[in-house]
Amino acid sequence: MKILSRSYIAIVFAILYIPILVLMLFSFNSTASTGVFSGFSFQWYGELFKDARVFTALRNTLILAVSSSLISTVIATGAAVGLDRMRSAKIRGVINSVTNIPMMNPDIVTGVSMMLLFAFFGNLVGATADKLNFFTLLIAHITFNIPYVLLNITPRLRQMDRNLPEAARDLGCTPVQSFFKVELPFMMPSIIAGAIMAFTLSLDDFVISYFTSGSDFETLPILIYSLTKKEVKPNIYALSTLIIIAIISLLILSNVMSSRSNQSNAGSLRKGKDKLNGKENI
Amino acid sequence: MKKRSDGLLRSAAAAPHVVWSVLFIVAPLIFVCYYAFTDASGHFTFSNITGLGNYAGTFALSVCFAFIATILCLLVAYPLAYCICKLSPRSQKILIMLAMLPMWMNLLIRTYSMMAILDNEGFLNKALEAIGLSKVRILGTPGAVIFGMVYNFFPYMLLPIYSVMSKLDSRLIEAAEDLGCNGRQVIMKVILPLSIPGIVSGITMVFVPSISTFYISQKLGGGTFDLIGDAIERQFQRPDTYNVGAAISLVMMLLILVSIAVMNRFTDEADGNGAGGGIIV
Repeated sequence: MKILSRSYIAIVFAILYIPILVLMLFSFNSTASTGVFSGFSFQWYGELFKDARVFTALRNTLILAVSSSLISTVIATGAAVGLDRMRSAKIRGVINSVTNIPMMNPDIVTGVSMMLLFAFFGNLVGATADKLNFFTLLIAHITFNIPYVLLNITPRLRQMDRNLPEAARDLGCTPVQSFFKVELPFMMPSIIAGAIMAFTLSLDDFVISYFTSGSDFETLPILIYSLTKKEVKPNIYALSTLIIIAIISLLILSNVMSSRSNQSNAGSLRKGKDKLNGKENI
Repeated sequence: MKKRSDGLLRSAAAAPHVVWSVLFIVAPLIFVCYYAFTDASGHFTFSNITGLGNYAGTFALSVCFAFIATILCLLVAYPLAYCICKLSPRSQKILIMLAMLPMWMNLLIRTYSMMAILDNEGFLNKALEAIGLSKVRILGTPGAVIFGMVYNFFPYMLLPIYSVMSKLDSRLIEAAEDLGCNGRQVIMKVILPLSIPGIVSGITMVFVPSISTFYISQKLGGGTFDLIGDAIERQFQRPDTYNVGAAISLVMMLLILVSIAVMNRFTDEADGNGAGGGIIV
């Protein structure tokens, strides 16, 4: 029975990882074949680095990920603090439900709905050709990041000893001082974990970006999409391999942060649609 | 008095978020409705909705694919979660990390790597040839699309089930055994009913992305299958078909919300406390 269950685990995980490993392996192939490995070479990486589009896309992706994660973290931190002490549970419930809509809805609907908003206002102000640009993309990314950052911060804030800010007040702090000197430092690990999570979500997003980005601002996932529309070329494997390595490094960093943040609750490793923490946050 | 103004100050911290949500979550959804009920020149019409009859086949195919993919995920993930729970806490932690890792890799990359393997000249067929078997055409079959969905969304099924199952009180299982249950009865009468919240959560998390995907069907289906996601994507290529696209999106969204509401109802009846496998609505 034990052997049976162990081999079952092994088989499922093998199937889960084989495609990724094969892809990484064939990024070092010396020919363009995806079936036969004919020799180790870096030629696809070389070809990749010759392509200026890749670097532009990488730069764009990073600009977008950094700015959207920072802005969404600031908004979500404010929201966590404000909602935490909100007296009316009803209003808080409504706000939470609305916040969670982007997590519930299929990405394509979120993307399309924002695109329609931008298209409508684009028409209104008379923008003719391309209504979608960096700012529409930024708005979209901030919007889908906020619920996940909030999901990181809220549980941490709940763990805080309510006497701490009061003690600060008794010792002569103004409310603003007590927030910056007591509460914010306490929340900081979860804020950082949330920001890293937002950063990776933003790096990773394709569907929403696809509908809200214009032709002048191309991110890596969108570049991959347009490249894979044509023939299969191993330099996309090389690009994917590099992205995978970058994501794994980030993941380790985020995990270290969140285990420092708290042992029990924040769970920043839980990506995206994973709503395991759901009920605790309503 | 001081306390009151303090409370207001705190609530004000949430104001940017509230404004943002209204502008960029609520308003876009209103625009989906607006576009769904107007024609290209902005006049009110029902024709987008009534015209959806043409897409009945697309809807049926998508529901069918997503349904099969979800069931397959469940059938593979449930025993896997059970097996993982039997291991030492350390191995459990490592395996769950390993299960989460692929979720962080871009969907495009994962799907593309599947393509590399399943291609006619790809890894799988070369391997089959090497051991003397004949090639199989996999890309472009329904199996490839469904397998792509299962492969991509599998962790979303495994994790909630595992999270509920790992928190089960082991004394309940011991009690069942003491009262004369055999291994199978323990699973059917204790573990399965108690893990329903995780199952429900997993089903939603696999079904929703499966039914709305368009990249998987484009790449692994080789353009032979038209799913809802593909239909929506196509309508949004040209401004004059936005209205039809909005109508399809609206109907899909409503279908999904209704099914989630029904599923949640089901969980609440099955298990009042939700045991952490809950779904946000």
